[in-house]
Amino acid sequence: MKRTTLTLAASLLATTALAEGQELTVASWGGSYQDAQSKALFEPYEAATGNTIKQETYGGMSDVRLQVSSGQVTLDVVASGSGSAARAGAEGLLEPLDYDVIDVSNFPDAFYSEYCVGGDVFSVVPAFNTDKYGEDGPKGWADFWDTEKFPGSRAYRGTVSGALEPAMMALGVAPEDVYAELSSEEGIERALDKIRELKPNIAVFWSSGAQHAQLMKDGEVDMTTGWNGRFDNAAADGAKVSYFYDQGLLDYDCFAIPKGAPNKDLAMQFIAEISKAEYQDDLPKYITYGPTNSDAYDTGEISEEVAATLPSSPANMDMQLPISLEWYAEWEQIAAEMYQEMLTE
Amino acid sequence: MAAADMNAAGLRRDERAERWRLFGLSSPALLLVLVILVIPVGWLFYVSFIGADGNFSLENYERMVARKSYSRIFVTTFQVSILTTGLCILIGYPLAYFMSQLPVKWANLCLITVLLPFWTSLLVRTYAWLVLLQKQGLVNQWAISLGLWDEPLKFVHNMTGTLIGMVHIMLPFLILPVYGAMRAIDGDYLKAASNLGASPRRAFWTVFFPLSTPGLFAGSLMVFVLCLGFFVTPAVLGGGRVIMVSMKIVSNIELFVNWGAASALGVVLLLMTAVILWIASRFLKLEQMTGGGH
Repeated sequence: MKRTTLTLAASLLATTALAEGQELTVASWGGSYQDAQSKALFEPYEAATGNTIKQETYGGMSDVRLQVSSGQVTLDVVASGSGSAARAGAEGLLEPLDYDVIDVSNFPDAFYSEYCVGGDVFSVVPAFNTDKYGEDGPKGWADFWDTEKFPGSRAYRGTVSGALEPAMMALGVAPEDVYAELSSEEGIERALDKIRELKPNIAVFWSSGAQHAQLMKDGEVDMTTGWNGRFDNAAADGAKVSYFYDQGLLDYDCFAIPKGAPNKDLAMQFIAEISKAEYQDDLPKYITYGPTNSDAYDTGEISEEVAATLPSSPANMDMQLPISLEWYAEWEQIAAEMYQEMLTE
Repeated sequence: MAAADMNAAGLRRDERAERWRLFGLSSPALLLVLVILVIPVGWLFYVSFIGADGNFSLENYERMVARKSYSRIFVTTFQVSILTTGLCILIGYPLAYFMSQLPVKWANLCLITVLLPFWTSLLVRTYAWLVLLQKQGLVNQWAISLGLWDEPLKFVHNMTGTLIGMVHIMLPFLILPVYGAMRAIDGDYLKAASNLGASPRRAFWTVFFPLSTPGLFAGSLMVFVLCLGFFVTPAVLGGGRVIMVSMKIVSNIELFVNWGAASALGVVLLLMTAVILWIASRFLKLEQMTGGGH
């Protein structure tokens, strides 16, 4: 008798689970990044809604392009860089996001766009070797260019994204005017000339975050541009590296929905849910990227000390320049070709 | 007369039948080549003429002429490939010669050490060079502590590092065919030369070296062509300052939404390689390079 009740209860539970629990396929980049997303966002989402998240890793928007063009879309949500999401959106690979469902009223304007809503914020900063320069290293891009005040070798990005804005600021252009100045071939050439000036001191043009972190860890260069989170990880690993947020370039990773996703509506609700402050305020516990939802700083989960280290905290936001996706959509191809010319000279 | 004609006709018929049978036997291989080589390369050509708007366009080629960086990247690619091949010959030929003079047992041991790196991942070997050669790397540390030089030398993140890494990886491709050709040389030829009064040096240059050239050409050609498409080693050891065509292909795939921009680069590289092979075949006997025909 007892056994029958148990079986009955179990099967009842199973049917309700089937009725309520839906499955959603989410792809991200794997590694410590996806682990952090999983702990801070995906698992709490499962607990709160009873839905199941099937996690996958993927190779970026080229995978989405393949799925969409072959009509075999299996991914409901993808994590992406803001720039590649904007390009993919323009190419018609993504569903436009419904901001009636996703509440972005507490997001700074710079952290969401038509096809992609920000999940975390990082910053391109000048990082320096603390053995060489002490704690009082370069602040801002004029210092990065100043080889008399800060002698030593540099590393710089090998592709154009996030590479011209620092040169413009080093020229003395105010952050808010940078993109206006860069919106002509002459302006781009001006920035490139500034990089040409520094080029004899640039030992390496880096191509990945792992690389610029390793360059600092090995002492191969004394200073580099790069993503703040990587330097924090390197420093935690014993590297003599530090940075300031002054004039950093704010950028964000985001969530997007591939065109023709099998569970589009659920995907929209999923993104709405994990964009809430009570999810985002957990992210900094697992990785030093900041939340995109400003309210996440007010829930009490993020202490003031932690907030001071995050790129999107109110105090740090003010001294940085958010990346302009519009500028990249219009100028990236031209600027990239011109950048390559500077590199191959 | 008539009988001879009939006979000749019969022979021709047999020959035709034989040819068809041979064709039948090789058709699976031909089909494979068609499917995995001819069709994709044809597709590559086609795609390279498709512009960003999806229509026929020369824009992918025009871009290569308009932007100076493309010609510079091709120059770098050929420069790196020629230098790597030259260095591989300088290092590999004497080594192969040395091995060919050893008793087979010892020579086999040497061969294994030459082949050993083949069993290690290319990426691992490339990063190993980075660890060894960088500013705070083992080579600089030891040399400085031994007083060989005072300031760390720049071995990596430049052309030097790229060449060191590529020569190391390409060397077996040169040594193996050269060694094979050398082993096949009949020692009696050299004895005959000495017997006729040739000095060892003369015997080497007039008898041994010419006989080893098929292997040398085969090896050099293989190294050169492999170098043209190399990606990992120059990307890691070149420090972003040595940009080869393969790297530009990757960046064009990421940068442009259509495949054409990258395909056009592949087409130009393919054509240039074909031209070089054609020129080489004018001066050298191509069938010798591939090991056939003596």
